[in-house]
Amino acid sequence: MSLVARHLEANGIPTVMFGTAKDIVEHCGVARFVFLDFPLGNSCGRSFDADHQHQILELGMQLLEHATAPRTTVQASGIWNDDDAWKQLIFTDDQPFLSGQALENWMTAKQRYRDKKAAGEL
Amino acid sequence: MSAPVRYIDRTRDYYLGQGYDKPYEWAHHEDAPFTPLTKPLSESRVAIVSTSDIAVKKPDGDRDRDNEFAVGNVYSLPSDTPIDLLYSRQEHYDQHATTLDDVNAYYPVSRLGELVDRGRIGELAPRFHGVYTGYSKRKTAEIDAPEVLRRCIEDEVDLAVMTPV
Repeated sequence: MSLVARHLEANGIPTVMFGTAKDIVEHCGVARFVFLDFPLGNSCGRSFDADHQHQILELGMQLLEHATAPRTTVQASGIWNDDDAWKQLIFTDDQPFLSGQALENWMTAKQRYRDKKAAGEL
Repeated sequence: MSAPVRYIDRTRDYYLGQGYDKPYEWAHHEDAPFTPLTKPLSESRVAIVSTSDIAVKKPDGDRDRDNEFAVGNVYSLPSDTPIDLLYSRQEHYDQHATTLDDVNAYYPVSRLGELVDRGRIGELAPRFHGVYTGYSKRKTAEIDAPEVLRRCIEDEVDLAVMTPV
Protein backbone atom coordinates (compact mmCIF):
# COMPACT_ATOMS: atom_id res chain seq x y z
CA MET A 1 0.00 0.00 0.00
CA SER A 2 2.80 2.41 0.90
CA LEU A 3 4.57 1.70 -2.39
CA VAL A 4 1.44 2.63 -4.33
CA ALA A 5 1.03 5.82 -2.26
CA ARG A 6 4.63 6.76 -3.02
CA HIS A 7 4.09 6.26 -6.74
CA LEU A 8 1.00 8.48 -6.77
CA GLU A 9 2.85 11.19 -4.84
CA ALA A 10 5.83 10.99 -7.18
CA ASN A 11 3.49 11.55 -10.09
CA GLY A 12 1.52 14.50 -8.81
CA ILE A 13 -1.37 13.02 -6.84
CA PRO A 14 -1.44 13.87 -3.11
CA THR A 15 -2.27 10.98 -0.79
CA VAL A 16 -3.07 10.33 2.83
CA MET A 17 -2.60 6.90 4.34
CA PHE A 18 -4.71 5.53 7.18
CA GLY A 19 -3.19 2.59 9.00
CA THR A 20 -2.60 0.60 12.16
CA ALA A 21 0.88 -0.80 11.45
CA LYS A 22 2.99 2.25 12.27
CA ASP A 23 6.37 0.64 11.87
CA ILE A 24 5.64 -0.90 8.46
CA VAL A 25 4.30 2.32 6.96
CA GLU A 26 7.09 4.48 8.36
CA HIS A 27 9.71 1.92 7.34
CA CYS A 28 8.58 2.38 3.76
CA GLY A 29 7.98 6.11 4.06
CA VAL A 30 4.86 7.92 2.81
CA ALA A 31 3.90 11.55 2.46
CA ARG A 32 1.08 11.73 5.04
CA PHE A 33 0.03 9.08 7.54
CA VAL A 34 -2.80 8.94 10.09
CA PHE A 35 -1.84 6.27 12.59
CA LEU A 36 -4.52 4.62 14.71
CA ASP A 37 -3.31 2.27 17.45
CA PHE A 38 -5.99 -0.33 16.81
CA PRO A 39 -5.80 -3.98 15.68
CA LEU A 40 -5.23 -4.78 12.01
CA GLY A 41 -8.67 -4.44 10.45
CA ASN A 42 -9.62 -1.03 11.79
CA SER A 43 -7.45 1.38 9.85
CA CYS A 44 -10.24 3.97 9.58
CA GLY A 45 -11.74 3.84 13.05
CA ARG A 46 -13.80 1.83 15.46
CA SER A 47 -16.35 -0.49 13.85
CA PHE A 48 -19.91 0.84 13.77
CA ASP A 49 -18.80 4.14 15.30
CA ALA A 50 -19.41 6.80 12.65
CA ASP A 51 -18.28 9.62 14.95
CA HIS A 52 -14.91 8.01 15.53
CA GLN A 53 -14.53 7.21 11.85
CA HIS A 54 -15.25 10.87 11.05
CA GLN A 55 -12.60 12.00 13.51
CA ILE A 56 -10.04 9.79 11.82
CA LEU A 57 -10.99 10.94 8.33
CA GLU A 58 -10.99 14.59 9.36
CA LEU A 59 -7.46 14.21 10.73
CA GLY A 60 -6.46 13.00 7.30
CA MET A 61 -8.16 15.95 5.62
CA GLN A 62 -6.33 18.36 7.90
CA LEU A 63 -3.08 16.61 7.13
CA LEU A 64 -3.72 17.11 3.43
CA GLU A 65 -4.31 20.79 4.04
CA HIS A 66 -1.47 21.49 6.44
CA ALA A 67 1.41 19.03 6.00
CA THR A 68 4.32 20.72 4.28
CA ALA A 69 6.79 17.85 4.11
CA PRO A 70 6.76 14.09 3.56
CA ARG A 71 6.79 11.54 6.39
CA THR A 72 4.27 13.55 8.39
CA THR A 73 2.53 11.21 10.83
CA VAL A 74 -0.28 12.12 13.19
CA GLN A 75 -1.68 9.74 15.76
CA ALA A 76 -5.44 9.54 16.03
CA SER A 77 -7.10 9.40 19.42
CA GLY A 78 -8.78 6.24 20.58
CA ILE A 79 -7.96 3.27 22.80
CA TRP A 80 -9.09 -0.12 21.55
CA ASN A 81 -9.94 -1.46 25.00
CA ASP A 82 -8.79 -1.26 28.57
CA ASP A 83 -6.16 -3.94 28.36
CA ASP A 84 -3.59 -4.40 25.66
CA ALA A 85 -4.00 -8.15 25.32
CA TRP A 86 -4.40 -7.89 21.56
CA LYS A 87 -1.01 -6.20 21.31
CA GLN A 88 0.64 -8.88 23.40
CA LEU A 89 -0.93 -11.76 21.52
CA ILE A 90 -0.80 -10.86 17.85
CA PHE A 91 1.79 -12.93 15.97
CA THR A 92 2.70 -15.11 18.93
CA ASP A 93 2.75 -18.88 19.29
CA ASP A 94 -0.03 -18.55 21.84
CA GLN A 95 -2.32 -17.10 19.22
CA PRO A 96 -1.61 -18.14 15.63
CA PHE A 97 -2.25 -15.28 13.22
CA LEU A 98 -4.10 -17.49 10.77
CA SER A 99 -5.90 -20.70 11.58
CA GLY A 100 -8.56 -22.98 10.13
CA GLN A 101 -9.89 -21.99 6.74
CA ALA A 102 -7.89 -18.77 6.62
CA LEU A 103 -4.66 -20.71 7.03
CA GLU A 104 -5.70 -23.22 4.36
CA ASN A 105 -6.53 -20.41 1.95
CA TRP A 106 -3.18 -18.79 2.56
CA MET A 107 -1.28 -22.03 1.98
CA THR A 108 -3.27 -22.62 -1.21
CA ALA A 109 -2.49 -19.12 -2.46
CA LYS A 110 1.19 -19.61 -1.72
CA GLN A 111 1.26 -22.89 -3.60
CA ARG A 112 -0.50 -21.27 -6.56
CA TYR A 113 2.15 -18.55 -6.53
CA ARG A 114 4.96 -21.13 -6.48
CA ASP A 115 3.35 -23.10 -9.32
CA LYS A 116 2.97 -20.00 -11.47
CA LYS A 117 6.52 -18.96 -10.76
CA ALA A 118 7.82 -22.43 -11.64
CA ALA A 119 5.85 -22.30 -14.88
CA GLY A 120 7.39 -18.97 -15.75
CA GLU A 121 4.08 -17.15 -15.56
CA LEU A 122 5.33 -14.62 -13.02
CA MET B 1 -1.23 3.62 26.52
CA SER B 2 1.43 1.09 25.57
CA ALA B 3 3.73 1.39 22.59
CA PRO B 4 2.48 0.41 19.13
CA VAL B 5 3.00 -3.18 18.05
CA ARG B 6 6.32 -3.63 16.26
CA TYR B 7 4.97 -5.71 13.43
CA ILE B 8 8.24 -6.01 11.53
CA ASP B 9 10.00 -7.55 14.54
CA ARG B 10 6.97 -9.54 15.62
CA THR B 11 6.26 -11.14 12.24
CA ARG B 12 9.93 -11.94 11.67
CA ASP B 13 10.16 -13.78 14.99
CA TYR B 14 6.79 -15.46 14.44
CA TYR B 15 7.61 -16.88 11.02
CA LEU B 16 11.15 -17.87 12.04
CA GLY B 17 9.53 -19.80 14.88
CA GLN B 18 7.30 -21.53 12.36
CA GLY B 19 10.27 -22.78 10.40
CA TYR B 20 10.53 -20.15 7.67
CA ASP B 21 14.20 -19.31 7.44
CA LYS B 22 14.08 -16.23 5.25
CA PRO B 23 12.44 -13.20 6.86
CA TYR B 24 10.27 -11.01 4.66
CA GLU B 25 12.07 -7.83 3.73
CA TRP B 26 9.68 -4.93 4.12
CA ALA B 27 10.06 -2.07 1.68
CA HIS B 28 12.34 0.61 3.04
CA HIS B 29 13.14 4.14 1.90
CA GLU B 30 14.87 7.02 3.63
CA ASP B 31 13.01 9.69 1.70
CA ALA B 32 9.44 9.97 0.46
CA PRO B 33 7.90 11.85 -2.45
CA PHE B 34 5.46 14.63 -1.61
CA THR B 35 2.89 16.50 -3.69
CA PRO B 36 1.04 19.45 -2.12
CA LEU B 37 -2.68 19.83 -2.67
CA THR B 38 -3.33 21.43 -6.02
CA LYS B 39 -6.73 22.85 -5.11
CA PRO B 40 -8.94 23.25 -2.02
CA LEU B 41 -10.40 20.05 -0.57
CA SER B 42 -13.87 21.43 -1.23
CA GLU B 43 -13.10 21.36 -4.95
CA SER B 44 -11.21 18.08 -4.99
CA ARG B 45 -12.21 14.76 -6.50
CA VAL B 46 -11.30 11.94 -4.13
CA ALA B 47 -10.62 8.25 -4.73
CA ILE B 48 -10.06 5.41 -2.29
CA VAL B 49 -7.20 3.03 -2.99
CA SER B 50 -7.32 0.01 -0.73
CA THR B 51 -5.70 -3.33 -0.05
CA SER B 52 -8.68 -4.48 1.97
CA ASP B 53 -9.77 -6.92 -0.77
CA ILE B 54 -13.10 -5.18 -1.02
CA ALA B 55 -15.63 -7.01 -3.16
CA VAL B 56 -19.22 -6.85 -4.29
CA LYS B 57 -21.68 -9.47 -3.12
CA LYS B 58 -23.29 -11.31 -5.97
CA PRO B 59 -26.29 -13.58 -5.88
CA ASP B 60 -24.39 -16.34 -7.64
CA GLY B 61 -21.53 -16.42 -5.18
CA ASP B 62 -18.08 -14.98 -4.93
CA ARG B 63 -16.42 -12.53 -7.27
CA ASP B 64 -13.74 -14.01 -9.47
CA ARG B 65 -10.32 -12.50 -8.86
CA ASP B 66 -9.51 -12.85 -12.55
CA ASN B 67 -12.48 -10.81 -13.62
CA GLU B 68 -12.27 -8.82 -16.81
CA PHE B 69 -11.76 -5.51 -15.04
CA ALA B 70 -8.59 -6.56 -13.27
CA VAL B 71 -5.14 -5.74 -14.61
CA GLY B 72 -2.40 -7.55 -12.72
CA ASN B 73 -3.29 -7.04 -9.10
CA VAL B 74 -5.45 -3.95 -9.62
CA TYR B 75 -9.21 -3.79 -9.94
CA SER B 76 -11.81 -1.07 -9.64
CA LEU B 77 -15.33 -0.74 -8.30
CA PRO B 78 -17.88 2.00 -8.96
CA SER B 79 -17.71 4.39 -6.01
CA ASP B 80 -21.49 4.51 -5.80
CA THR B 81 -21.80 0.77 -5.12
CA PRO B 82 -24.30 0.51 -2.25
CA ILE B 83 -22.48 -0.13 1.02
CA ASP B 84 -24.75 -3.07 1.77
CA LEU B 85 -23.31 -4.87 -1.24
CA LEU B 86 -19.69 -4.44 -0.18
CA TYR B 87 -17.67 -6.80 1.93
CA SER B 88 -14.02 -7.71 2.41
CA ARG B 89 -12.49 -11.07 1.60
CA GLN B 90 -9.27 -10.13 3.37
CA GLU B 91 -8.15 -12.67 5.96
CA HIS B 92 -4.91 -11.04 7.05
CA TYR B 93 -6.18 -8.95 9.92
CA ASP B 94 -6.41 -9.52 13.66
CA GLN B 95 -9.25 -12.02 13.64
CA HIS B 96 -8.97 -12.52 17.37
CA ALA B 97 -9.54 -8.86 18.21
CA THR B 98 -11.90 -7.52 15.56
CA THR B 99 -14.05 -8.28 12.52
CA LEU B 100 -14.39 -6.76 9.06
CA ASP B 101 -18.16 -6.53 9.40
CA ASP B 102 -18.20 -2.73 9.21
CA VAL B 103 -16.77 -1.85 5.81
CA ASN B 104 -16.40 1.81 6.81
CA ALA B 105 -13.85 0.85 9.46
CA TYR B 106 -11.29 0.19 6.69
CA TYR B 107 -12.93 1.43 3.47
CA PRO B 108 -14.56 4.74 4.44
CA VAL B 109 -16.96 5.10 1.55
CA SER B 110 -19.96 6.28 3.58
CA ARG B 111 -17.87 8.68 5.62
CA LEU B 112 -16.37 10.21 2.45
CA GLY B 113 -19.86 10.55 0.99
CA GLU B 114 -20.85 12.50 4.09
CA LEU B 115 -17.85 14.79 3.60
CA VAL B 116 -19.14 15.50 0.10
CA ASP B 117 -22.59 16.27 1.52
CA ARG B 118 -21.04 18.73 3.97
CA GLY B 119 -18.95 20.37 1.28
CA ARG B 120 -15.70 19.38 2.99
CA ILE B 121 -14.53 17.63 -0.16
CA GLY B 122 -15.69 18.22 -3.73
CA GLU B 123 -16.81 14.86 -4.98
CA LEU B 124 -16.04 11.17 -5.14
CA ALA B 125 -14.21 9.82 -8.15
CA PRO B 126 -16.33 7.49 -10.28
CA ARG B 127 -14.17 4.49 -9.39
CA PHE B 128 -12.36 3.31 -6.29
CA HIS B 129 -9.40 0.97 -6.66
CA GLY B 130 -8.29 -2.25 -5.03
CA VAL B 131 -4.80 -3.71 -5.01
CA TYR B 132 -4.21 -7.30 -3.98
CA THR B 133 -1.20 -7.53 -1.74
CA GLY B 134 1.60 -9.75 -3.00
CA TYR B 135 5.04 -10.92 -2.09
CA SER B 136 6.77 -9.08 -4.88
CA LYS B 137 7.66 -5.49 -4.09
CA ARG B 138 8.96 -5.17 -7.64
CA LYS B 139 5.58 -6.12 -9.12
CA THR B 140 3.80 -3.72 -6.81
CA ALA B 141 6.12 -0.87 -7.74
CA GLU B 142 6.46 -1.59 -11.46
CA ILE B 143 3.05 -2.95 -12.42
CA ASP B 144 0.37 -2.29 -9.81
CA ALA B 145 1.29 1.23 -8.72
CA PRO B 146 1.51 2.55 -12.31
CA GLU B 147 -1.85 0.94 -13.07
CA VAL B 148 -3.48 2.67 -10.10
CA LEU B 149 -1.90 5.94 -11.23
CA ARG B 150 -3.19 5.44 -14.76
CA ARG B 151 -6.73 4.89 -13.52
CA CYS B 152 -6.57 7.89 -11.18
CA ILE B 153 -5.36 10.14 -13.99
CA GLU B 154 -8.06 8.80 -16.28
CA ASP B 155 -10.65 9.73 -13.66
CA GLU B 156 -9.04 13.14 -13.04
CA VAL B 157 -8.54 12.35 -9.36
CA ASP B 158 -7.15 15.18 -7.22
CA LEU B 159 -6.22 13.13 -4.17
CA ALA B 160 -6.27 9.58 -2.92
CA VAL B 161 -7.21 8.10 0.43
CA MET B 162 -5.08 5.00 1.00
CA THR B 163 -6.46 2.28 3.25
CA PRO B 164 -5.07 -1.10 4.18
CA VAL B 165 -7.33 -3.15 6.45
